[in-house]
Amino acid sequence: MRALLSGNEAIARGAYEYGVQVATGYPGTPSSEILENIARYPEIYAEWSVNEKVAMDAAIGAAYAGRRALVTMKQVGMNVASDSFFYAVYTGVKGGLLIVTADDPGMYSSQNEQDNRHYARFAKMPMVEPADSQEAKDMVGLGLELSEAWDTPVLLRTVMRISHSGSPVELGQRPPRDNSPVALERNPHKLVSTCLWARDRHPVVEDRLQRLAEYACTVSVNRIEWGDRRLGIVTSGPVYHYAHEVWPDASYLKLGLPYPLPTALIRRFADGVERLLVLEELDPFLEEQIKALGISCQGKALFPLTGELTPAVLVESAAAAGLIAAPPPLPPPLPLPGRSPVFCPGCPHRSTFYLLNRMKNVVVAGDIGCYNLGALPPFDATDTMGSMGASIGVAHGFDVANISDPFVAVIGDSTFFHAGIAPLLNIVHNGGKSTVVILDNHTTAMTGHQDHPGTAVRLGGAPATRVDIADVVQACGVHDVHRVNAFEIKAVRRALKDALAFDGPSVVLVEGPCFFVGPGPAGAYEVDPAACVACGVCFRLGCPAIVRSDEVYPANGKPQAFIDPVLCVGCDMCAQVCGPGAIHPVDEPVSGVEQ
Amino acid sequence: MNDTNFLFVGVGGQGILTASDIVAEVGLAAGLDAKKSEIHGFSQRGGVVESHVRWGQRVGAPVAELGTVDFLVSFELLESARFVEHLRPNAVVITNTQRIIPMSVSSGGYAYPADGDIEKALRSRTDQIYRIDALAVAQELGNPRLVNTVVLGALSWHVPVDAAVWLDVISRRVPPRHLNANRQAFDTGRSS
Repeated sequence: MRALLSGNEAIARGAYEYGVQVATGYPGTPSSEILENIARYPEIYAEWSVNEKVAMDAAIGAAYAGRRALVTMKQVGMNVASDSFFYAVYTGVKGGLLIVTADDPGMYSSQNEQDNRHYARFAKMPMVEPADSQEAKDMVGLGLELSEAWDTPVLLRTVMRISHSGSPVELGQRPPRDNSPVALERNPHKLVSTCLWARDRHPVVEDRLQRLAEYACTVSVNRIEWGDRRLGIVTSGPVYHYAHEVWPDASYLKLGLPYPLPTALIRRFADGVERLLVLEELDPFLEEQIKALGISCQGKALFPLTGELTPAVLVESAAAAGLIAAPPPLPPPLPLPGRSPVFCPGCPHRSTFYLLNRMKNVVVAGDIGCYNLGALPPFDATDTMGSMGASIGVAHGFDVANISDPFVAVIGDSTFFHAGIAPLLNIVHNGGKSTVVILDNHTTAMTGHQDHPGTAVRLGGAPATRVDIADVVQACGVHDVHRVNAFEIKAVRRALKDALAFDGPSVVLVEGPCFFVGPGPAGAYEVDPAACVACGVCFRLGCPAIVRSDEVYPANGKPQAFIDPVLCVGCDMCAQVCGPGAIHPVDEPVSGVEQ
Repeated sequence: MNDTNFLFVGVGGQGILTASDIVAEVGLAAGLDAKKSEIHGFSQRGGVVESHVRWGQRVGAPVAELGTVDFLVSFELLESARFVEHLRPNAVVITNTQRIIPMSVSSGGYAYPADGDIEKALRSRTDQIYRIDALAVAQELGNPRLVNTVVLGALSWHVPVDAAVWLDVISRRVPPRHLNANRQAFDTGRSS
């Protein structure tokens, strides 16, 4: 049977068909759908772990116990998990351990464009790289077999364009797996990475890598496709298909197992072609290794280091280098207003950023989540944002640097559990006085509403123990804690002011469900044109439902507000900020106006 | 059938990804190879969404490149103009006339482009422009979420695959209780 699967669905299907028993991860675009789809197979234990390092250790533990395990994360998640997979390369595994990294060339939803192929080389573990959904599924099997045969974790590197592209996949069955209790095979000399014993493991790792490089010359996913020998292209991942669009007749060396590099195979290919191109997205990972073999080739001298190498980019670069004829010109694009993502109608984050925008002197250390839209107009509130949990540490840095303006850290609930607790403890321990605003929308919203320790359910829908963030921050030693309803703007304002005035560490816990996990829409609101004075305050809420009316208020000649009834969900925030009381629920009398 | 490239565009939350999934499935059901690729970035709503679908005997890259799109299906009026560079000369453009005002217009200094400017941009590439008020049709049928089925109906008229194949794929994807409404929405779109 054949089905159209995205790369992420195909990886999940691979986990099912190749007998994965334990799957863990932390959500992050473009990886999140892998674990969500694995969770649909009741045969596999699946969990959203609290962060990528915890997910990695849990998968390593499962592999030590002999289970086939898979752990998934986005590319920057690997930075969080790196401390753990480095040791697992030394200890080895027992059950197969597949680490899935979803990279983001083009930076569609990431803070950087790091090329995680370097982690394979850095940690000295083999890596497989699929070019479409069928290969994504197949390489889950290959990766797990390699992992068990060579006693090492294996990296599967996908990219956004594999993860979020769909292509047909041939479906197979899952072999029976034994889930009965299993005894851990104890082997401290191998599994305890104390320097005394780990020293003995390093030569094992180096020897393994060398033998794997020989094996990589024979494995079928590394294959030469001879065509016109005037041009040879070494490539891997989706670029293989892009290149075929531009050079359908060239010779190809397609690397499905690009690390460790199959050097003999590359030499054979290079010897068989007149000109050698290395086409790879982001860093010259293959190119530099190939050049180090003394083989002459071209790559980044002609093709960009940044972004995707889609056929259009290949054509442009190749034409500029004189490799192909220039394509016909395209019509000039029409200058159009941009359309950035925005806080949804009914978003609980709106009140906090509306207020932080008005508190002009307050410096905001932001964090990873939907709420980093607070950096964009009309809020323009956020001053820094770098990585998961960074807000609290950066704010503490502002504190000890003695910056002259008041400052806050702003962090979401899932991000707080992921990486916010340790820096909060650090503030308390070191006598810091930062104010930390925790936006608790009861979900991991940006990546598609996954559970976390503060939710009452876990992946798959089973009930979970809900951890209360206020309890956590108090246990960390913060005693000035302000718990407020996100939808009451005055209460949020008061809490922010009180917390900023407190001479010690403080937390403002702003609670309100993400619209998509909340109770659903209330009735729409409307603007009374007779009462609207076109002051523009409601526009500062940045609500997609509030647009400029075609009518102007005669006294100032400015456009009045209009609420799109299709988009409005009735959160009431605009009614709270409207000075003249011109905004009210549809079919209700205008407040303050006698009937 | 020759290689066929579709590009679906609009604003997050409009059902674009579902529509493009269906078209990819229709291609497979018609016996072709098919691939799709979507860009949705942040999962929260309100940003631009684009989804590519390619049909052919053997499809390579999942993305349709600039100047190669045969069918541009836009769920929002101004977004049709944003993707004009993707159009092959004389491509078919189907655009829902719904306007969703971007924040850059409602609170920034930008203006939503005039109908005439959008039309002119598209006409620089093709005269085959079909407008449909899919939201009004869907609301008339009692459910604004039927917009994407209405649009698919309108698209299907121009694509040489039997309506029965489209309806079969759609019926596999919608809950039985919504089947009749979707069938109606598809037929209305197809005859518009």
